[in-house]
Amino acid sequence: MSASDALFEPRKQRRALVARLFHAACVLITGGAVVVLGVLLYRVWHDGSELLSLEFLDRFPSQITPEKAGVKSALWGTVWLIGLTAAVAIPTGVGAAVYLQEYAPRNAFTRLIQLNIANLAGVPSIVYGLLGLAVFVRWLRFDRSVLSGSLTMSLLILPVVIIASREAIAAVPNSIREAAFALGATRWQTVRHHVLPAAAPGILTGVILSMARAMGETAPLIMIGALTYIRFVPGGTHEAAPGLAGWVGWFGEAIRDPFVVLPIQIFNWAEQAQPIFHKLAAAGIVVLLTVMLILNGAAVVLRAFWQRKQP
Amino acid sequence: MRQPLRKAREGLIYGVLLGCALVSVVTMLGIITVLVSESVPFFREVSVWSYLTGTRWSALLEPRTFGVLPLLAGTVQVACGALALAVPVGLGAAIYLSEYASPRLRTLTKPILEILAGVPTVVYGYFALTFITPDILQRIFPAAEVFNAASAAIVVGIMIVPTIASLCDDALRAVPRSLREGAYALAANRLEVTARVVLPGAFSGVVAAVLLALARALGETMAVTLAAGMTPKLTLNPLTSVQTLTSYIVQVSLGDTPHGTIEYQSIFAVALTLFLITLTINVIAQRMIRRFREEYD
Amino acid sequence: MKLTGLEVRPPMTRTADSVRTSFVVEPKPVPERTPSVISIDRLSVLYGTHVAVKEVSMEIAERRVTAIIGPSGCGKSTLLRSINRMNDFIAGIGFQGAIRFRGRDIRDPGYDPIDLRRSVGMVFQKPNPFPKSIYRNVAWGAAINGYRGDLTQLVEDALKKAALWEEVKDKLSQSALALSGGQQQRLCIARAIALQPEVLLMDEPCSALDPIATARIEDLIDKLKAQYTVVLVTHNMQQAGRVSDYTAFMYMGELIEMDATGRIFTNPQVRKTQDYITGRFG
Repeated sequence: MSASDALFEPRKQRRALVARLFHAACVLITGGAVVVLGVLLYRVWHDGSELLSLEFLDRFPSQITPEKAGVKSALWGTVWLIGLTAAVAIPTGVGAAVYLQEYAPRNAFTRLIQLNIANLAGVPSIVYGLLGLAVFVRWLRFDRSVLSGSLTMSLLILPVVIIASREAIAAVPNSIREAAFALGATRWQTVRHHVLPAAAPGILTGVILSMARAMGETAPLIMIGALTYIRFVPGGTHEAAPGLAGWVGWFGEAIRDPFVVLPIQIFNWAEQAQPIFHKLAAAGIVVLLTVMLILNGAAVVLRAFWQRKQP
Repeated sequence: MRQPLRKAREGLIYGVLLGCALVSVVTMLGIITVLVSESVPFFREVSVWSYLTGTRWSALLEPRTFGVLPLLAGTVQVACGALALAVPVGLGAAIYLSEYASPRLRTLTKPILEILAGVPTVVYGYFALTFITPDILQRIFPAAEVFNAASAAIVVGIMIVPTIASLCDDALRAVPRSLREGAYALAANRLEVTARVVLPGAFSGVVAAVLLALARALGETMAVTLAAGMTPKLTLNPLTSVQTLTSYIVQVSLGDTPHGTIEYQSIFAVALTLFLITLTINVIAQRMIRRFREEYD
Repeated sequence: MKLTGLEVRPPMTRTADSVRTSFVVEPKPVPERTPSVISIDRLSVLYGTHVAVKEVSMEIAERRVTAIIGPSGCGKSTLLRSINRMNDFIAGIGFQGAIRFRGRDIRDPGYDPIDLRRSVGMVFQKPNPFPKSIYRNVAWGAAINGYRGDLTQLVEDALKKAALWEEVKDKLSQSALALSGGQQQRLCIARAIALQPEVLLMDEPCSALDPIATARIEDLIDKLKAQYTVVLVTHNMQQAGRVSDYTAFMYMGELIEMDATGRIFTNPQVRKTQDYITGRFG
């Protein structure tokens, strides 16, 4: 071989062995993560399948006859909470993202807003719960209602929605904006007709993922007092008067109702010592994970559909 | 004629969008105001010094003492245990995904990590209570209590693995390919390229990932409440029950604590403590991220 | 030189203006023949179904500068990166034919690419120093390969050979990223030299540099050939004319013509080569 070989002692076998060990460790670790997920899902299914049935979805929780308990109030509470949270957080979050990405001047104040959003994203969720407790429950007197819960949850996921939407908007090529401006469009027309449609698939994905997060959050809702055995669904105890006004009245009443959501119901059951409650918790987890999976699946499908529609 | 109308509309829209952006600022101010204003009466009763240095926390039982150290110790114990598990695993998975895995395996593994990240924390709490403690910990250590810090640390660790893996993966992949090629051309093998060129190149990004994960672990609530229990105590034994800052807040709010009492105010003081700690960590992490971006832009 | 690739072309007729190569100042003398170090034998490189390099055969002469020219996308970089197996990392890449280094097939399963890359160094298009100190950049490759001698001396020698020593000798512990682009590229050359290779592959080493830095690198290449075999890929014909002893012209993945640089630029045998070096396309 070459003359330079005398100068080097590359110890390739040792190096190769260390490299192979390291590779094996990495494979093991990554495989381990997959196994943990598998064990988790198996355990939950194993514990909960006994109590799972369609009636489980349509029964209220019960302390006295736990074997006949169900998640009706929690499931509907989750639907109400997520619906209201989406209605508040999505327009606000996308609006803020549009402002920061398309309108905001490059100055210290804008940088402050951006820094603030990044920091808000790292605030523990339970702190949002205390904010909701002090502001919505006590100060604004919304009490321990769906309204308080979803406003709190909106503030919690707002940073996530803003960050995801900003990324989607930033990915829209500048040439589209320039083309629209060159045709005499105002800034809003450019955003409304060109930027937002192009960014929509990305925004949608981010928004749905943040909704899934809101669905799994528990701590802030415990703070605002959603933890009770509730044997009705929001709006279920009121009658809607006929007509639009009647419906609005009913809606206004419904959002002031106390509520419970799936993760809180699960927490409540998991906290009990008797094994039957653990089975209920497992069954509740299966329901929660299924709903989240459907939501995530919807995100994937909608996104694919949207991307196909756009050339 | 239509121009003023159009101008007004554009101005209105600008205002609305600015308002949306300002919600975040108001939220932050709101958090600070609420935490501080409710903590002030608490600290009138309990001096800041005795709060910060007290080694006994008994908020609900007489004689009441409010020394935050047991809660802080429980929190740090769980968070550090979680990091000890999650940093090697998360970083290892990130290295595997970014440096070793084929693109096909990557597209397969990434969604699994994302699913792990999306599992609600209460599910991990259930997992700790019904599987980790009885089927693993108590088999190995019969002395382990039903509620213990170790199981909390393990599940919080599992929970933050995806965070670390995903952020580290981003950081590793941000290291330019040209650096890897340069190292390979100098007769390095894959491990040497990864450990001596890519990893140092991504260092500040990796540190930021760990800090963000630490902040998450410190603020984690439901899994810890279910797994670690509610016994505030100053101990190093991970097999006994401890209480964290967050689980104390949950404990108080589960009971029916009247507004205006010292217990009620104490949760705001505890939350303020937690907020200041996580905010500090986050600010440092943001700074690291910014520095990392500047390195390669 | 053996001219392969030529056989498949139809016979070409020389035209009168084939001698009009204005930018080569003086016809270079044909270099003295040296033995072949690298022998490429009917090499084809495929990305999936796309053929990037098509049945190329060439011999690389020891201690000479061989330039590979051709329009972008002609496969010249792919060919170069195949010589030290830097293409191994690309998924779905396929090879046919053989590259022999000192008579040994580099794709032989028993041939460790690490051994190959120790003997065949590479300098890239854009300077890519590690974000470490100048010293660590030069010492790194030698250190991980278990250099037995004095590392400090090695670093000094390598930097001297790369004509960088005088500029950096007082700031060896400073970050390499603080150097100028041209200095960084010379540092990358020093880094490659420190491994004591026999062959240096250079993939358009001046394309990211200004004219003055380019001139310095070209001078350096001219000095390096006293000790090393250099293979230089460039899209810059003037550069090939200035620094190389042999020039190979590639087009659409094929080797069209290869000869002593003086002959290629004054008297190409193939019409395509002539069109390219007179600037009719490219």
